[in-house]
Amino acid sequence: MCLAIPGKILSVSNQLDETFRFGKVSFGGIVKEVNLCMVPEAEIGNYVLVHVGVAISVVDEEEANKVFSYLKEMGEVEELKEKQFSTL
Amino acid sequence: MKYLSEYRDPELAEEFIKEIHRITTKPWTLMEICGGQTHSLVKNGILEMLPDKITMVHGPGCPVCVTSVSVIDEAVYLAQQPNIILCSFGDMLRVPGSNKNLLEIKAAGGDVRILYSPLEALTIAKENPDKEIVFFAVGFETTAPANALSVVQASKMGITNYSILASHVLVPPAMEAIISDTENKIDAFLAAGHVCTIMGMEEYYPVAEKYKTPLVVTGFEPVDLLQGILMAVHQLEKGEYKVENQYARYVHREGNKMAQETIHQVFTVSDRIWRGIGLIPQSGYEVNEAYKNYNARLKFKLDLPVAEENAACISGDIMKGLKKPRQCPNFGNICKPEHPLGAPMVSSEGACAAYYHYAPVKELVPL
Ligand code: SF4
Repeated sequence: MCLAIPGKILSVSNQLDETFRFGKVSFGGIVKEVNLCMVPEAEIGNYVLVHVGVAISVVDEEEANKVFSYLKEMGEVEELKEKQFSTL
Repeated sequence: MKYLSEYRDPELAEEFIKEIHRITTKPWTLMEICGGQTHSLVKNGILEMLPDKITMVHGPGCPVCVTSVSVIDEAVYLAQQPNIILCSFGDMLRVPGSNKNLLEIKAAGGDVRILYSPLEALTIAKENPDKEIVFFAVGFETTAPANALSVVQASKMGITNYSILASHVLVPPAMEAIISDTENKIDAFLAAGHVCTIMGMEEYYPVAEKYKTPLVVTGFEPVDLLQGILMAVHQLEKGEYKVENQYARYVHREGNKMAQETIHQVFTVSDRIWRGIGLIPQSGYEVNEAYKNYNARLKFKLDLPVAEENAACISGDIMKGLKKPRQCPNFGNICKPEHPLGAPMVSSEGACAAYYHYAPVKELVPL
């Protein structure tokens, strides 16, 4: 039930009252109307995390990619520590 | 699909698994809080791939599983009223109340509707001015902003035939209740990523500090979970207890301010009874004074007796991490998804249903 999935914003309809701001969001081709009031910074082309019809977060692309270099970085940090150790 | 499939990459998962095996030297027990994580761990066979030294226990983070029998009874009562349309997320329909569940009421002609979003209930309210629309507002912090938003929008649109039956539960008080239980063996927590998307991480620093427990905010895909486990084990092996964020692509330290404001606009923190666990002080949300006209409990003067929990169901021990589903004597015989005795067998995010559907092999061996 706490499922939230990312989708891409295709269009944004700005309303006079911001609690009604919504947009069309594509989930791998399936397009749904999503409330965007909790993510005022979200723009067309952004990926948002959507839970029960409401977008709750905009994806941070830089952070999204970090996961893929984590192991490498972790290895490098450890190596660095070992080196420091050996020079002591 | 972008930001989804890449976190299911088997090769990357493999590398994380190897690294977890490489660094694990001692036995550790980790609890993932959220039922969505439980489901993903069991379904993707991750439990099997972990070193034998690592035990995953499954936390209380499934709203369907922790909603008390009394609250189900309230929903059942409302659904039986001829002038009420009761709207709910689909998973709540089969959860047993004291006597009946919502599905039985629907089959007997009650107007019970399954919605994807609480905002859809407002359309139903507009289309049915002579009926009262009640949304069964369950969920953790993740769902609270959407449920609160439905009330704010209703009020702005002048809709008066709408109210919610709030049964919100909060994660940090439950975590504290679990970790302070003297029987618990939990060494580290994987915190629920989506809850933290809303609330941020601030609430967890005192918990990590007080109980000297590493806490890693973690996502839901296989690679997310493996990285979260690796980060937690890494801390444990080094004797650290920090709050870390694996799910930084969505979770910011301060959370989503806009969502928090919406929650506080409509809800106030209240005591809450958790199914199987009991009363946890200040662990829920109730509709506040300002929006009392949208509180179904007040609107329909609900005053039902507090219901008894089914004593045969050991879901409380499971959600506290003291037992595994197969240690329940009813598992798979008198309790099955087709006729669940307890809520964790109903929801796909419930630990019992996950074990029933995906039967992790490792856990088949002696209990
Ligand atoms: S198997 Fe059924 S009775 Fe046993 S704990 Fe799970 S839901 Fe409850």
